[in-house]
Amino acid sequence: MYRYDQYDQQIVKERVAQYRDQVRRRLSNELTEEEFLPLRLQNGLYMQVHAYMLRIAVPYGLLSSEQIRMLSHIARKYDRGYGHFTTRQNIQFNWIKLEDTPDILADLASVEMHANQTSGNCIRNITSDEYAGVAADEEIDPRPYAEILRHWTTFHPEFGYLPRKFKIAITGAKEDRAAIQIHDVGLAVIKNDQGEIGFRVLVGGGLGRTPIIGPVICEFLPWQHMMTYIEAIMRVYNQYGRRDNKFKARIKILVKALGVEEFTRQVEAEWQDIKDGSGTLTTEEFDRVSTYFTEPDYEKLTPNSADLDSFKAENLAFANWMRRNVKPHRVPGYAIVVLSLKKTEIAPGDVSAEQMDVVADLADRFSFGELRITHKQNLVLADVKQSDLITLWKIAAANGMASPNIGLLTDVITCPGAEFCTLANVRSIPLAQKIAERFDNLDFQHDIGEIEINISGCMNACGHNPVGNIGITGVEKKNHDEWYQVAVGGSKGNHSSIGKIIGPSFTFNQVPGVIDRLLQVYLRERIEAERFIDTVRRIGVQPFKEHVYASEIEAEPEEVNNKIEFKPAQYSVPFYSPRF
Amino acid sequence: MIIKNKAIVEDEWVVLRLAEDEQPEAVAIAAGKVIVPLKVWFAQRDELQDRADLGVWIASDERPEVLKDDIDKFNIIAVDFPKFSDGRGYSIAYNLRARLGYTGELRAIGDVLRDQLFYMQRVGFDAFAPRADRSIQDALKGLFDFSEVYQISVDQKLPLFRRVKRTENVATK
Repeated sequence: MYRYDQYDQQIVKERVAQYRDQVRRRLSNELTEEEFLPLRLQNGLYMQVHAYMLRIAVPYGLLSSEQIRMLSHIARKYDRGYGHFTTRQNIQFNWIKLEDTPDILADLASVEMHANQTSGNCIRNITSDEYAGVAADEEIDPRPYAEILRHWTTFHPEFGYLPRKFKIAITGAKEDRAAIQIHDVGLAVIKNDQGEIGFRVLVGGGLGRTPIIGPVICEFLPWQHMMTYIEAIMRVYNQYGRRDNKFKARIKILVKALGVEEFTRQVEAEWQDIKDGSGTLTTEEFDRVSTYFTEPDYEKLTPNSADLDSFKAENLAFANWMRRNVKPHRVPGYAIVVLSLKKTEIAPGDVSAEQMDVVADLADRFSFGELRITHKQNLVLADVKQSDLITLWKIAAANGMASPNIGLLTDVITCPGAEFCTLANVRSIPLAQKIAERFDNLDFQHDIGEIEINISGCMNACGHNPVGNIGITGVEKKNHDEWYQVAVGGSKGNHSSIGKIIGPSFTFNQVPGVIDRLLQVYLRERIEAERFIDTVRRIGVQPFKEHVYASEIEAEPEEVNNKIEFKPAQYSVPFYSPRF
Repeated sequence: MIIKNKAIVEDEWVVLRLAEDEQPEAVAIAAGKVIVPLKVWFAQRDELQDRADLGVWIASDERPEVLKDDIDKFNIIAVDFPKFSDGRGYSIAYNLRARLGYTGELRAIGDVLRDQLFYMQRVGFDAFAPRADRSIQDALKGLFDFSEVYQISVDQKLPLFRRVKRTENVATK
């Protein structure tokens, strides 16, 4: 993976010093909260319901074992012993004190990490394919481009105060696992007919209140022009994106208002001036960065599955895990392993400090010391020898990370929800847990097969609800009740689609029953091995809608303990969430 | 006082802001060094164009290109930041410098605060009028937050990768 040189190190160090002084000025009231807000956000610090939340950048989801040990240290020293992996391949800590944050950033800098631009109205951390470099269907490794873009976007002086946040995703595989169609800018690294490398550029996709699939504005942009072309996009957006209404400020609204053709024309016109200028990427720089993403020392292995097969035959749990959590690797004898962070009773994406240590050890022992975070909030060991799978599985299972549910019903994506987030209308995590409990039966999950349930506590769609096969959105509270809207038919990947809302919303305790009914329709209507999403596409939303609303929906029994009580920890913190 | 060329200096200019009931074509321009709104410049161009001691300021929702033919007439142009979080001024500055070739003083006015100065100087501002209720000595420090930058802008014509030899050696901690 990429390693900092003296320049990267120096820039991150100076950032820590700058931020440390900003915190000092905030604590001494030289800075008002309003002035401090974008500064702390651009260092990843949110003010949430109970405490500050710090979101740390994990560029394109790639971590070393040394880095994850540092995250474990941060969880223990500054938080409550756990962290939370996000849908943008980052990690966030939920119980942070403002006074500690400069030290946390200094700790991060010591292992070549930072929290730069993980929030705020700027270009955010760039996300990519979690299987980059190892996927069997990969055409070009997107990671060097993502890293080069990380440099270009870091503290870009002109684009630090955009109308709204700006997210870039990049993929280089046949199957798009980076969801480039729902990003402000989506890049697909491709080869043209002459074998030259370039990008297909999409602009103006996004979720939130107005989910839009991003249109293509350039079919083939030669790789050298990556930064100048994006600069042109950014400049058009910075000047003309709406600033009068937060909900209409994303670039997708501008693209829609101008029309794709006119937007593209403006970008091209803007680009003419800077095209081929000094901002153009050089072969030398690309090669320098690429050397960090060369193949690890793979052994020449002759795949021999005899041991695995016999172990599978005697151990159903392992067989299920092999089926769902182990993916094909392009090198013979190796496998990609997904460690599930979706265990019943645990908040999706949560990892304890102890688990982080275990994962770091697993990475060192079985996967060249590296680890990836997926947008579905799971972890990936990308280079595991097939002959190590049994040992690895045993350790993962003993530490609660081997639920054989990747891509299944209980592999739910959720946002943190109202328990943590000041924007959310409803709780998300307890609902995910409710769903996990209701559909805990593995045979049933495997029978249902591939399906994605996504939950967001509000319209902002951090939990990717518009593109969930079943998407659940928390809507405004009526008398402090929680109401959930259910949509069907969303998906991401090469054929992204936005789900359709099936009708009036439901209470917390009705949602599992609603999902059950949706699944009944699927089981009734599916043809052979058809996935849930394929059935929806074939028969439409109507049969689902009819069945769900055909009769009263039984609510799950009310349980007191589904309302998690948090101990407010930080009464003494001077700058504290207004909602608390 | 303002910050100019990284030093605190006396400010000789007055920024004219129109009151709500004042019209661009009717407002009286006092003698001396005045920076007038862009609207006023265009409304009174005939009378104003021979004044040597005149500057113009651009609001964040105005376009710098409208000054294309007038750019040589000014030794001082200001860009207004109505809120420090309104980032349009950065692109206005970039366009003035990079597109229109403006070389005179480019001043940031309005809600100008220490923590934005570093980015502002990178996109071509060389003068800053920090908000009056803040320490100007403190604001000056904002220009020195970073000693190295990755990307090109007005201040830096070459990206880091063209400027220095970036080796594959891992950084020493």
